[in-house]
Amino acid sequence: MASEADGGTIDAREAAHFGALAADWWDPRGSSAPLHQLNPPRLGWLREQIDRHWGADPRDRRPLAGRRALDVGCGAGLVAEPLARLGAAVTGVDAAPENVAAARAHAGLSGLAIDYRATDVAALDGLFDLVTCLEVIEHVPDPRFFVRALAARLGEGGLLVLSTPNRTPRSRAFLIDLAEGLGRIPRGTHDYAKFITPDELGAMLAEAGLRVVDRTGIAWSVGRGFALSDDLSLNYLLCATQG
Amino acid sequence: MRWGDGRRGLTLFGTTRPFRYPPLMDDPDVIILGAGLVGLTLACALDAHGLRSVLIDPAEPAAALAPGFDGRATAVASASWRMLNAIGVGAQLEGRGCPIARIEVMDGPKPGGLSFDPGRPGDPLGVMFENRDLRAALRARAETGGNIAFRQPARAATVERGAHGVRVALADGGGAELRAPLLVAAEGRNSPTREVAGLRVARWRYDHRAIVTAIGHERPHENVAYEIFYPAGPFALLPMLDGTDGRPRSAVVWSVAAKDGPALAGLPDRAFAAELEKRMGGLLGRVGPIAARSTYPLGFHHAAKITAERLALVGDAAHGIHPIAGQGLNLGFRDVAALAEVLVDGARSGLDLGDPILLDRYQRWRGLDVLSVAAATDGLTRLFGVGGRAASAVRRAGMAAIDRVPAAKGWLMAEARGESGELPTLLRGALV
Ligand SMILES: Cc1cc2nc3c(=O)[nH]c(=O)nc-3n(C[C@H](O)[C@H](O)[C@H](O)COP(=O)(O)OP(=O)(O)OC[C@H]3O[C@@H](n4cnc5c(N)ncnc54)[C@H](O)[C@@H]3O)c2cc1C
Repeated sequence: MASEADGGTIDAREAAHFGALAADWWDPRGSSAPLHQLNPPRLGWLREQIDRHWGADPRDRRPLAGRRALDVGCGAGLVAEPLARLGAAVTGVDAAPENVAAARAHAGLSGLAIDYRATDVAALDGLFDLVTCLEVIEHVPDPRFFVRALAARLGEGGLLVLSTPNRTPRSRAFLIDLAEGLGRIPRGTHDYAKFITPDELGAMLAEAGLRVVDRTGIAWSVGRGFALSDDLSLNYLLCATQG
Repeated sequence: MRWGDGRRGLTLFGTTRPFRYPPLMDDPDVIILGAGLVGLTLACALDAHGLRSVLIDPAEPAAALAPGFDGRATAVASASWRMLNAIGVGAQLEGRGCPIARIEVMDGPKPGGLSFDPGRPGDPLGVMFENRDLRAALRARAETGGNIAFRQPARAATVERGAHGVRVALADGGGAELRAPLLVAAEGRNSPTREVAGLRVARWRYDHRAIVTAIGHERPHENVAYEIFYPAGPFALLPMLDGTDGRPRSAVVWSVAAKDGPALAGLPDRAFAAELEKRMGGLLGRVGPIAARSTYPLGFHHAAKITAERLALVGDAAHGIHPIAGQGLNLGFRDVAALAEVLVDGARSGLDLGDPILLDRYQRWRGLDVLSVAAATDGLTRLFGVGGRAASAVRRAGMAAIDRVPAAKGWLMAEARGESGELPTLLRGALV
């Protein structure tokens, strides 16, 4: 296993291992397929928030130029890489060192410079203009503490974007009974009891000194796959700022 | 300063030498193989949204603009026309197109067929342009596009599509290796890239050739297009602007049995005019003068899958249909509108432009449209390719029925305008 202090000097066998892991993460028909399918709608919404918050031109390809972004729970970089293409100086953190190694391998081959670290967000310092944390909070042991740690990384005038499944009979049926049951998502990925409703998440953010400025649902249909929706019952995105 | 270098090669003592292109300042977003009508349109559409492309084509560009190169005229559907305007090509074509106000479909030169008229005054079903004008306008627009670079004439010696990008090396040392996240094949009907990618095409040949020309005629066409069906194949007259001699003019696409093609096309002008007048049944009076004639084999081909790893097909590389309905290039324009929107959305979201999720969206968006137009056109030519009085009666009954059922007619009208399906933004005349 690559250690954090190795400065990128991992041996060839490990490089091959992480390359294969990255290839699986990045395979749109592999085990991360649902995340790939979520990407266009959730990144589209994230882009709208960026444009609104900073008054960016929706046609600009690098609206985050000159800004620092932090992606928490970055996996192999499915969100960090798009943030880098939008111009941000990106830091990606993930608790699993093998994810971070896979993310590094992939970014290198994609020609993107991203600062990936295997660490807990609570152990990180530095401030960021944009903090993203998509499909992660439902996996952490203490979401209230976690939200405070995210808020602490937000610089003056910063923007925080979160997404997570809602806790409803629909999300349970869809994510656990259906998607995991059919093997579309690896079994054991989700624990229904840990799902958080939008209002609960809003309350946690308020406690951390943040204010929810916008939210949207993500719905799924056979014809269109995942798409933004007013219906928050399956999965939702939420955007917050200070004060 | 321009992003790319538009130079095409040095002409020395009448021969064009390969030119060593200076390297690009930035990698392009898309490498487009084929600078035909569709490849050029895609480059312009991407440029209008700030996406960079490189066009590679082995053909000498001056040759494609020479008067004798392509004597055809194309019916540009109004949705396609709106896109050409949105991406800045329309201005160069101002005053060069002839609007089609109505389409008459007839079973032989007898009245009682289908008549399509837009029902919205001032909104034509399409506009007729000479292909030469279209090509010149697209090229002029592309050459001023700050995000477009030409590598023409140049041939791709090696093309590598991999998990992390596309690399293309030009033959004859035509410059440094090009890299991009996505390759687009706009190479026309025999697309070698499509073959290499193993994208299979269904194809057949009609036992027909199209004789294509432009004619002057005595009476004005009043902006009406005629599709006249004969047992030997369809005969189409499409209105054009008056000739320089002031005579009304129309384009002719005349589909004849393959074995008769060369003999008919080779007739002296007077005899050829007499044959045309017979087919036209006196519709537009005496015929003449007649422009240069060319013949084309008629075929149908259709690739069910138009994407592969970091590759998308557009235009005739993806599909070719019978020219009877004048939809071939319009399908290509719709490919461009959909692919450009998918890529622009992707770029603004920071996605890798070769991301399979984006290519899947393009595939889904285009698949059904292309298939339904292809099937309808093929069905039309087959239906009308059957001779005999009984078949004729069936066709006439069919046409009368369509004429009476507003929904069916509405669909066919939308099809003629190029508006069915979920419409890409560009086809509504707006930038994405
Ligand atoms: C008789 C006839 C009448 C028609 N009438 C109409 C009409 O009225 N309305 C309509 O909409 N459509 C019509 N069409 C169809 C229309 O002409 C085509 O659909 C259209 O020209 C396709 O454009 P394209 O750019 O895809 O391909 P092409 O025009 O074939 O261009 C392909 C380009 O790719 C280049 N190329 C080839 N191989 C390579 C390679 N390996 N690498 C790089 N470049 C390469 C070629 O040099 C060329 O420049 C008609 C067709 C015919 C035959």
